[in-house]
Amino acid sequence: MSDIFSQFDPLLGKRLQIMDENGVISADPAVSALRPPELTDELIKQAYEKMLFMKMADQKANNLQRTGRMGTYASIRGQEATQMGAGLVMKPEDWLLPAFRELGIMWLHGIPIENMYSYWMGNEMGSRPPENVNCVPISIVVGSQMLHAVGVGLGMKKKKEQKVAVAFFGDGATSEGDFHEAMNCAGVFKPNTILICQNNQWAISVPRSYQTASTTIAQKAIAYGVPGIQVDGNDLIGMYVAVKTARERAIRGEGITLIEAYTYRLGDHTTSDDAKKYRDPEEVELWKPRDPLIRLQKYLASKNLWTQETEDQLTAKYEKEIEAIVEKAQAIIYNPSDMFDYTYAVLPPQLQAQKEELLRNLPQI
Amino acid sequence: MENPKLNIVEAINLALKQEMERDPSVLIFGEDVGKDGGVFRVTDKLQAQFTEDRVFDSPLGESGIAGMAIGLAMYGFKPVVEVQFDGFYHQMLDQMLQHAARMRNRSRGRYTVPMVVRVPSGGGIKALEHHSESIETFVAHTPGLKVVYPSTPYDAKGLLLAAIRDPDPVIFMEPKRLYRAIKQEVPLEDYIVPIGVANVLQEGTDITVIAWGAMVREAQAAMENLKTNPTTAQYSVELIDLRTISPIDQATIFASVEKTGRLVIVQEAVKSFGPGAEIAALVAEKLLYSLKSPIHRVAAPDITVPYLQAEQWYLPNAQQIQNAITTVMAS
Ligand SMILES: Cc1ncc(C[n+]2csc(CCOP(=O)(O)OP(=O)(O)O)c2C)c(N)n1
Ligand SMILES: [Mg+2]
Repeated sequence: MSDIFSQFDPLLGKRLQIMDENGVISADPAVSALRPPELTDELIKQAYEKMLFMKMADQKANNLQRTGRMGTYASIRGQEATQMGAGLVMKPEDWLLPAFRELGIMWLHGIPIENMYSYWMGNEMGSRPPENVNCVPISIVVGSQMLHAVGVGLGMKKKKEQKVAVAFFGDGATSEGDFHEAMNCAGVFKPNTILICQNNQWAISVPRSYQTASTTIAQKAIAYGVPGIQVDGNDLIGMYVAVKTARERAIRGEGITLIEAYTYRLGDHTTSDDAKKYRDPEEVELWKPRDPLIRLQKYLASKNLWTQETEDQLTAKYEKEIEAIVEKAQAIIYNPSDMFDYTYAVLPPQLQAQKEELLRNLPQI
Repeated sequence: MENPKLNIVEAINLALKQEMERDPSVLIFGEDVGKDGGVFRVTDKLQAQFTEDRVFDSPLGESGIAGMAIGLAMYGFKPVVEVQFDGFYHQMLDQMLQHAARMRNRSRGRYTVPMVVRVPSGGGIKALEHHSESIETFVAHTPGLKVVYPSTPYDAKGLLLAAIRDPDPVIFMEPKRLYRAIKQEVPLEDYIVPIGVANVLQEGTDITVIAWGAMVREAQAAMENLKTNPTTAQYSVELIDLRTISPIDQATIFASVEKTGRLVIVQEAVKSFGPGAEIAALVAEKLLYSLKSPIHRVAAPDITVPYLQAEQWYLPNAQQIQNAITTVMAS
């Protein structure tokens, strides 16, 4: 039986893409047939609207940083379809283990945007997930969370649960040793895990070609005895199909899948970075037409599901919603004693004393 | 030629440039150190001058950076590698502790590892988690490693040259908060600031204050504050910039405390088990009976470095140092 892994064998230079950058579904029936019936045009329209929202919430974070109301922020601009595709597949009982460029998927999985804003504003309360949301805090240490996803997924497998653990990470992260340990352990233990590499072509100033001499990241899976697939990460449908396949495999007990979402970081690395120093602006121009939102606009327009007017209305509506979210985020106050209270389950006496001394001497806030 | 006035970033950059011109075995690599010149621009323009052969971006893996540097160092090169931020030193801790620090001992002197790890260090720049750590205890607790931590542009250049020329691995900590905070005249000519020698910044007879890295500036601010009050203005404070964490300059510390009989130690790192504890123990072992009052440590509380909103409460500051001096003087 042929599956998408042989159909899109990374060693043969294949990449899964169902909708191209003009918003046109592949003319190849073997490819277009991969689009499952539940992924209706109506669902795609809803997904597009969520992508628009995350794009705007992302832009807002950049603005907040620029006006001094937020610390450093890492933009998801250009990577919305990768996160939306996974978000459409993931179920609330699944676990998400993000890196730091995942505002979209974290929101889709239930982390309120105001929490994320609060996080980037420098408050640990922002990285406390709501009780019913299965998402661990942002992992700043590059490459460190994939092994956790293998562990969580292994736990799910041991408990015979129909759930998965999904880790997100960048192309640069695949150079860390922990990535290779995660892949290797996953190959051996076959956990309920999906590893999604957002290959946005850059790790700060270092291009993908400097991270690895492999042609693709997906092909690294093969050496570990697990399937890997490269997907056009700006193609919502392709991402949906890849993540859905991976989730089904995991739940059947077949273990992990490495998904390389081939996408592009349209912005700077973070608000503290200036990509003009190292990146050819022509490369960015090349990627602009491949914007994941633009192609969906084209597709939806061809189905009479998108017009500039509906876009403008939505934008106005979202702007208001996001303003309200900013206020909520700013209302999340930093309580100084919180610095101490989560160090241990029970604060040792000497730490209690340090806490009292520090709080006593704090300038009135 | 007239000596330029440089900040710490420029002084380190100058040291790297001059040493690379002088010694063809010096190599620079790490994350984003090439075209980008490092996220703090410390290696700015070095790739353009020395080519990718000698200044190059590494893949994103700190263990790989350290491990390759160890190999190159054993093979006759002098790698000066950069860890992008203090918190990511821990990704290379294994290689540094198990191999860089031990190769000389293990091979009974046949192989040595003359490498430098540059570590932008400490808090105060409102950065993300893992970007404001004080790792000096982790590194100083490793026999075989030397640890230096300049606080001025002059010392940054001189200590870096000493570190690169040192026959053993050196952890070179850079106070990122001070990177662009101070300018100082830095000689263009070759000079070193020897490793293991502290600097008495101000002489005094009543009380010794020891600090390093960004805390030196806080201690200086505290001393300025003391001058505003007629009582405390009388205090004659001796301020020591430790400059080298390991091996520690015991002679300078002992001479000072023997004279003053009072000691305040300021460290940015969490209080317990840090260099401050080591200094206090040394003084207690050697000079307990010369002390006129108990030793006092000003340090961060024993908690995880908080996110940026709480940094202002967490970091030791001039006010705390001032209070400590007053307390010790009064007791
Ligand atoms: C272990 C570690 N080393 C270095 C850094 C500094 N750093 C932050 S992001 C980044 C590049 C990450 O690239 P990639 O994995 O491709 O993710 P992207 O930022 O492109 O999403 C680096 C080097 C870090 N956060 N963690
Ligand atoms: Mg990347």
